[in-house]
Amino acid sequence: MTTATATTPSSPSTPSAPGAAPSPGAWARIGGWIRAHLLAAVTFLVFVFMLAPNLVILWMSFNQPVGRFDYDWNKFSLSAWANPCASSEMCSSLGLSVQIGLLATIVATALGTMIAFAMVRHRFKARSGINSLLFLPMAAPEVVMGATLAALFFNTIGPGSMGFVTITIAHVMFCLSYVVVTVKARLAGMDPTLEAAAGDLYATPLQTFRKVTLPLVAPGIAAAALLSFALSVDDYIITVFTAGQRETFPMYIWGSVQRAYPAQIDVIGSLMLIVTMVIIALSQWLGRARAKSAH
Amino acid sequence: MTTTTTAAPPAAPGEVTPAEPRRRRNLTPWWLLLPGLLWLIVFFLAPILTSVLASVQSGNSDMGYQLTWDWGNYQHAIADYLPQYGHSLLYSVLCTVFCLVLGYPTAYFIAFKGGQWKSLLMALVVVPSFTSFLIRTIAWKTILSDNGPIVHTLNSLHVIPLTTALGWTTGNHVLASPAAVVCGMTYNFLPFTILPLYTSLEKIDPRLHEAGSDLYCSPFTTWRRITLPLSMPGVVGGTLLTFIPAVGDYINAQLLGNPNTGVVGQKIEDLFLRQTSGYPVGSAISVVLMAGTLILVLLYIRKAGTEDLL
Repeated sequence: MTTATATTPSSPSTPSAPGAAPSPGAWARIGGWIRAHLLAAVTFLVFVFMLAPNLVILWMSFNQPVGRFDYDWNKFSLSAWANPCASSEMCSSLGLSVQIGLLATIVATALGTMIAFAMVRHRFKARSGINSLLFLPMAAPEVVMGATLAALFFNTIGPGSMGFVTITIAHVMFCLSYVVVTVKARLAGMDPTLEAAAGDLYATPLQTFRKVTLPLVAPGIAAAALLSFALSVDDYIITVFTAGQRETFPMYIWGSVQRAYPAQIDVIGSLMLIVTMVIIALSQWLGRARAKSAH
Repeated sequence: MTTTTTAAPPAAPGEVTPAEPRRRRNLTPWWLLLPGLLWLIVFFLAPILTSVLASVQSGNSDMGYQLTWDWGNYQHAIADYLPQYGHSLLYSVLCTVFCLVLGYPTAYFIAFKGGQWKSLLMALVVVPSFTSFLIRTIAWKTILSDNGPIVHTLNSLHVIPLTTALGWTTGNHVLASPAAVVCGMTYNFLPFTILPLYTSLEKIDPRLHEAGSDLYCSPFTTWRRITLPLSMPGVVGGTLLTFIPAVGDYINAQLLGNPNTGVVGQKIEDLFLRQTSGYPVGSAISVVLMAGTLILVLLYIRKAGTEDLL
């Protein structure tokens, strides 16, 4: 085993490592070498494919637009970064998206966490039915959810009354299932003996929940909230069906493809990526610091 | 445990009065579920019902709509938009296939060769998605533009006349063509394929690969007989997570396509938001799309669940 793998340069754990006769061994080795490098090459190209738009967005955010549309590079400029709110409509739509995102996140996280607790901690009839109901919003095409909600609002409150409230209602609806899945995973992975131990040490159920359960579930709830916020701020399709006359940030971007595409959009796009990376780095660092202080 | 009044769950620490908390304990899950479930029933299930009713209404936005059980809306919804259904199905199938072809090796590489970089590589899969997907899709306009390096290279290799002959591209351009739409969709949904694939590949014990090669399996046979069957949950999950949203997607067709690449979603949005009497037919189309997707998904799950694909 070990002598054969020594000749495959990139990966000692190549599963094709032969153990016997030289001829099939050699073939397997060549196959393994090609496979290891082909795999690495394909993976590399896929990452280029996935990251290219982000690099283009960052690059184009420094572009001096030549006309109303700047899909092609013209020349370097810092003007978009110096004045990201040059278009007041863009920034007010961004503000609306953030407001809706925060509200939808709070409601969806609260409701979804409650559902997750009920599903993991309790056994009752209709559990599997409720599971399917929770799965369906994740499986339905967005345009169908948007159209059906629009039909509901048209028929009840009328198209004129649609706006902030209807968008938020819709966002809570599609975030809910993702919150349940995320918090459920965290709850299911929790050691139940910790809560039993708290009970043995005469903690009341409320104390147990506050001092033991909640801190353990908190990372799951935080992840669910972050996911909800990202889903809500990014949604276009369901929003456009429930927005009435209001314009969220994705709707502004959509309209800008017809009107004019300012480099400021690319600035916001780059900032989104940078802020996310900072949040992830911070949470990693905090997690490590907490793990250290726990010992 | 099954009856509602008499059963007492075993460990209930710190409870003083036995009769009252026992009942409360049985109702607790329902109080926890109530608000969320109501939300889903009112804003997810009820709208579907409303849509079915709306699809048999007639009228227009000035006169109001009446429930006339006009099933003719379905005739319009199906017969008038056949090309759009065709495009939606074709693009989403192609997108799913490309996502699997690109996503499987990537997930495989990260799971088995990722080593200490595993979590960083998976973060790289997810992190780009935090920039608005509309901005990222529009960035493809820059990447695929006529002055860009990709189209330039393809033109100098004389690839584009070939793809134009096949109907994938138009003229000397890649933008505003079916190829650009499928490229954008594949890009948009690739993370949704990689995540479940990675989760199921990661669970596979790498010693099984060694066992396969010890038993004189070629690497390909090892993959076909051991890895692939064990990763089927990821393949099925990835396919569903990609195909279902892709069927309804119209962002890519709108931003990267041309008027001849219209998909069902564009028509639904148009009928709902821009035409004065469109929304009964729009509702009928969404009911057809929903039912069609559901049937395809159920057929696929049955097929993938009962027999191995190879």
